[in-house]
Amino acid sequence: MTEDTAKTASEADSPQSIPQPASGTPLLRIDAVVKTFGQFRAVDVLSLDIHAGEFFALLGPSGCGKTTLLRMLAGFEAPDAGRILLDGKDIAQIPPHQRPVNMMFQNYALFPHLNVRDNIAFGLKRAGMASADINARVNEMVALVKLDGFEKRKPDQLSGGQRQRVALARSLARRPRLLLLDEPLAALDKKLRESTQLELMELQRRLGLTFIIVTHDQQEAMTMAGRIGVMDAGRLEQVATPRELYEAPRSRWIAEFVGDINLLEGKFETSDASYPTMARRVAIATSEAGTIYVAEPREPLTKVNLCIAIRPEKVKLSRRAPASDDARAINRLDGVVTDVSYLGGMTSYKVKLDTGAVLRSSMANTARLDLDAYSLSQRVVAWFSPEDCVVLEQ
Amino acid sequence: MARAASKLSRFNIAALALGFAFLYLPIVILIIYSFNASRLVTVWGGWSLRWYNEFFNDTAMIDAAWMSLRVGATSATLATLLGTLAAIALSRGAGFKGRTLFSGMLYAPLVMPEVITGLSLLLLFVAINAERGFWTVVIAHTTLTMCFVAVVVQARLGALDRSLEEAAMDLGCDPVRAFLAVTLPLIVPSVAAGWMLAFTLSLDDLVIASFTTGPGSATLPIRIYSEVRLGVKPEINAICTLVVALIAVVIVVASLASKISDARGKSAAPL
Amino acid sequence: MSAPSIFTRPARLAAIAPYLWMALFFLVPFLFVLKISLSQTAIAQPPYTPVFDVAEGWEAIKAAFTALSFDNFRLLASDDLYVLSYLRSLLVAAISTSILLVIGYPIAYGMARLPQRWQAIAMMLVIVPFWTSFLIRIYAWINILQHDGLLNQILLALHVVSTPVVWLSTDGAMYLGIVYSYLPFMILPLYATLSKMDPALLEAANDLGASPRQAFWRVTFPLSLPGIGAGALLCFIPIVGEFVIPDLLAGSDALMIGQTLWLEFFTNKDWPVASATAVVLLLLLLAPLLLYDRLQRRQLERA
Repeated sequence: MTEDTAKTASEADSPQSIPQPASGTPLLRIDAVVKTFGQFRAVDVLSLDIHAGEFFALLGPSGCGKTTLLRMLAGFEAPDAGRILLDGKDIAQIPPHQRPVNMMFQNYALFPHLNVRDNIAFGLKRAGMASADINARVNEMVALVKLDGFEKRKPDQLSGGQRQRVALARSLARRPRLLLLDEPLAALDKKLRESTQLELMELQRRLGLTFIIVTHDQQEAMTMAGRIGVMDAGRLEQVATPRELYEAPRSRWIAEFVGDINLLEGKFETSDASYPTMARRVAIATSEAGTIYVAEPREPLTKVNLCIAIRPEKVKLSRRAPASDDARAINRLDGVVTDVSYLGGMTSYKVKLDTGAVLRSSMANTARLDLDAYSLSQRVVAWFSPEDCVVLEQ
Repeated sequence: MARAASKLSRFNIAALALGFAFLYLPIVILIIYSFNASRLVTVWGGWSLRWYNEFFNDTAMIDAAWMSLRVGATSATLATLLGTLAAIALSRGAGFKGRTLFSGMLYAPLVMPEVITGLSLLLLFVAINAERGFWTVVIAHTTLTMCFVAVVVQARLGALDRSLEEAAMDLGCDPVRAFLAVTLPLIVPSVAAGWMLAFTLSLDDLVIASFTTGPGSATLPIRIYSEVRLGVKPEINAICTLVVALIAVVIVVASLASKISDARGKSAAPL
Repeated sequence: MSAPSIFTRPARLAAIAPYLWMALFFLVPFLFVLKISLSQTAIAQPPYTPVFDVAEGWEAIKAAFTALSFDNFRLLASDDLYVLSYLRSLLVAAISTSILLVIGYPIAYGMARLPQRWQAIAMMLVIVPFWTSFLIRIYAWINILQHDGLLNQILLALHVVSTPVVWLSTDGAMYLGIVYSYLPFMILPLYATLSKMDPALLEAANDLGASPRQAFWRVTFPLSLPGIGAGALLCFIPIVGEFVIPDLLAGSDALMIGQTLWLEFFTNKDWPVASATAVVLLLLLLAPLLLYDRLQRRQLERA
């Protein structure tokens, strides 16, 4: 699946997007790779390009094949078909100890009989470096992960967070072309996870390395990665920046997988150009929300059965219907609040529309004393703009 | 049961206490009587070391003891080597042609009646005209104890975190080096424990040694057995106590070794 | 058994040496036992005929083949002495195994319910006698059970009996010796299975209305069957062929098959009959051996 490179005019330049090189071979090209275990196809003809200097995330539910793919990149599994090109050279059949690729294991896999220094130096000794050089590099690594003073300790004398740093330092020591991280933050608690995420991102930026991280945690992928590849059942469903993934999902499955979503099923009605100042709109007759107007998608619609996806924060609530000439509020639906969840930073509402559908709406609590908050059983109007909708073919 | 803090019923405690008393009492009594100055079991003559003295002056016994120690050490070393190799093959080798036969052969001596193994080995030695003595007993004991070593080492290998070896490979070791640099240091305590197990088993064996030994190479159990057939001799008490003491030392060392192994073997995994 | 990986090929190579060793020193000897069992005894060195001498050429070997016969097996089948010996061995093994199960199960169960720290110590305490010389342990019992041994002394002192009781050279002493020696072999597999049981299962049973006794018979006991199977076979099979214990502790009127074999070999110097005895014993044990092998493999692969 090719990546979605289109950017709409309104899209802000996200701080995570790293400028892609206009031309030149990608650092890593995964070419139609297949891996089966017995009857089970773990990776199903998957192709992907990763560019130098990227922070790429493989995101997906458990069993989707992301870990298998990572292990193939590391060399612990060999693909049954396809090629893996690193700097243009096929490494698919090369054993792991001969690849310029290193991996940070989920459970860290620190050697229990070696102390921190020796753990980090392990790979360097195998590479045949002079011991003076090894010492220098180890010191560099220890400083990088801020473990000064802990060099003589053994893994069982370290905390979980410290072990993670040792694992990171060890995997970076050989300055690999590509660093693979297998759910690196899964075992850390929330606070530690957040600070470590930022540290990893900074490290990657500073060193200019290429990271591929495997995770099932969307938050993690969205926070850290410049591009995300969403996998399901051995296939790549979509490869895009976090923003594109969230705002322009390619399929219903992805829309549902990443974040919360409202889905309204319906049929294509008409294409409408009654508002010449705005983009063309499409009217879709939904089964449970009446006629909804959405902005016309770039690619022409081929199917009649469609699905409208709106993120909850794009659904606005008000007590009275907004002014009827407000073009953005052309989709206005009456309903009743059936659920209120106060989540601190925002409040999430469930609104049962008179037409039958249940919409989720989330509004940020921007003021401490919110006298305007809606309560259960209150009648509200839910409205959203056609531009905020995504049309998906079912 | 692994996490049980459940109360022990009185029945449980009684069963445990009686069971352990049953296991240990006869040996304790034996040890006490080895210091009995009087020859007679009915009379307690006070504490004395005369039976130990008698043992150290009994050249036949001393020779047999020395023989047993040599056979034990040699066969234990051989058995440990072969048993460890077998354990590696079984735990990391996945399926291979003849695996069933291999593991069957390996574990059969564990249950096979010793008279059968002893007889069959002797017939082999006779058929190839081998001179029976030190080496035939060593070969026989190695064959018997190899499987014990394999069981101990295989259990350890199975419990080890596979990702440690993968990490070693990721950092530049080929499979053999990864094994030597990472796995081997972590299984050394189990290998040592296996050695000691093989040693004590060899030290103790009567039946197989009887079949496979030659003239002039009697082992200690053979000597003890021939004496015991004639009746209880106090000197035997002393010998037995010494053997028990030796084995106790071996066991303490083995359990210390396995404690170290347990501590190291947990890979530095997050809690 | 792990999935095939990069380690598989080098690991398989490690099997070569032990494989060859076991094939040479375990399998091949059985062929010799079989061959000798089909031979006749002779006053010669070696004490059997025919002897396959490769140097004498193919004709001699063919002639030697025709000299083989099943005579020894016919002897075993016809002479009551041997038949009774086999039957006695099987019976003794069965009874011993039952006693071992009855005694060993509560001990293993108690061990499994100890707090974690104590379990390791208990395991050690069970294994230590096993490592202590087997012969010594039997001898220790002889010491206690002999005519003027400790047991009789105590009984006399307590006026329970007026004259010393004959304990040795009885079946009772033999059973005592067998149970004493094989107890660790029964306890350890049972303990291994029981300690892996999830206590939540018992709690669930209690929650659903089962009394402790019902919970034991309906949950714990069935789940411990693999351990019972392993322990029972681990004891039964070697006990059938036991020699030392019956020789030192039992009376001399009825012999177990291990003793018979020893007698034929060392006293009568009749190697062929001894071999035939071994072959029949092996055949008798074939079914339990295969069963044990299957259980063992399943246990190890699950681990």
